Amino acid sequence: MRPVRSPFLRGCVASAPFVIVVVPFGLLFGVVATEAGLDLLQVMLFSFSVFAGASQFAAVQLMQDQAPVLVVLATSLAVNLRMVMYSVAMTPHLGAAPFNMRLLMAYFLVDQSFAASQVEFERRPDQPLADKVAFFFGTVTPIAPMWFLATLAGAVVGEAIPPEYALDFAVPITFLAICAPMLRSIPHVVAAAVSIGAALMLTGLPYGTGLLLAAVLAMAAGAGAEVALMRRRGA
Amino acid sequence: MKIDPTTFWIVLPVLGIGTYLIRLSFLGLLGNRPLPPGLRRALSYTAVAILPGLVAPAVLWPAATGGETDPARLAAACVTLVVGLVTRSVIGAILAGGITLYAVLWL
Repeated sequence: MRPVRSPFLRGCVASAPFVIVVVPFGLLFGVVATEAGLDLLQVMLFSFSVFAGASQFAAVQLMQDQAPVLVVLATSLAVNLRMVMYSVAMTPHLGAAPFNMRLLMAYFLVDQSFAASQVEFERRPDQPLADKVAFFFGTVTPIAPMWFLATLAGAVVGEAIPPEYALDFAVPITFLAICAPMLRSIPHVVAAAVSIGAALMLTGLPYGTGLLLAAVLAMAAGAGAEVALMRRRGA
Repeated sequence: MKIDPTTFWIVLPVLGIGTYLIRLSFLGLLGNRPLPPGLRRALSYTAVAILPGLVAPAVLWPAATGGETDPARLAAACVTLVVGLVTRSVIGAILAGGITLYAVLWL
């Protein structure tokens, strides 16, 4: 095959495999959000304005559990805090672009565009800014429309699915499936274990604050385990 | 339980704008500067610190069965986790968990 020259097209090619993940995920979000009582407009506005699957699922789950607004917001925003790292990692490569361009790129800075761009920019750091920007926009071109279309399809299907199909469990299964591949090091396993243990022990706390507390403890445990491991290897 | 519309219309704009500002943070506003190592370390554990805790009660005490531990949901959760760990495939794990759930419910 002739190598693709245009950076935009190379971006499209690099993120094309992610479509296989984005479509079922968007479908499932559409279905779950509709079953939770949101109408088509609400579901679509959700995917357009937040554009971050895991936090959308988390918000829907917590709103369904009647958690207070502040707890819903704190938890779902915390799920998205990992994107600060994406923003940091992209800045050396895209930070010199015009401000308006960066405003637009920030909207499209999602897991998939970050992952594909990070690999490309590390492999070829010396390419011109215009090529990097084109590559970045290439990576979101297959992803973004499919995310919105899949959400739409899911919302339409969801209105037709009766509640007795045990869809209550779609969210737990989805979260477990997202988490399992993340458990790639001992500190990640420690963080997950503390998160589960503390969340179960603290379910009695009012307004879902137990989960937030568990998350803070788990984050500290993961970071602490990483430092401890580094020290042991250094010694 | 259905989502309360007032809650939704508050959560939607704040979560949308908040998430956008998180993405914009360094790329648009703070510029090219390194993240303190402690902060980077904490951030890299955010998702794995929240999501397992969010699902654990739903796995052990599902609302759909009135909080009774349910063999079908427990089995589905275990299969999802194991398949996800072994294959590293999110979609593979969701499919395996879904098939297990309906298979055990149907038995």
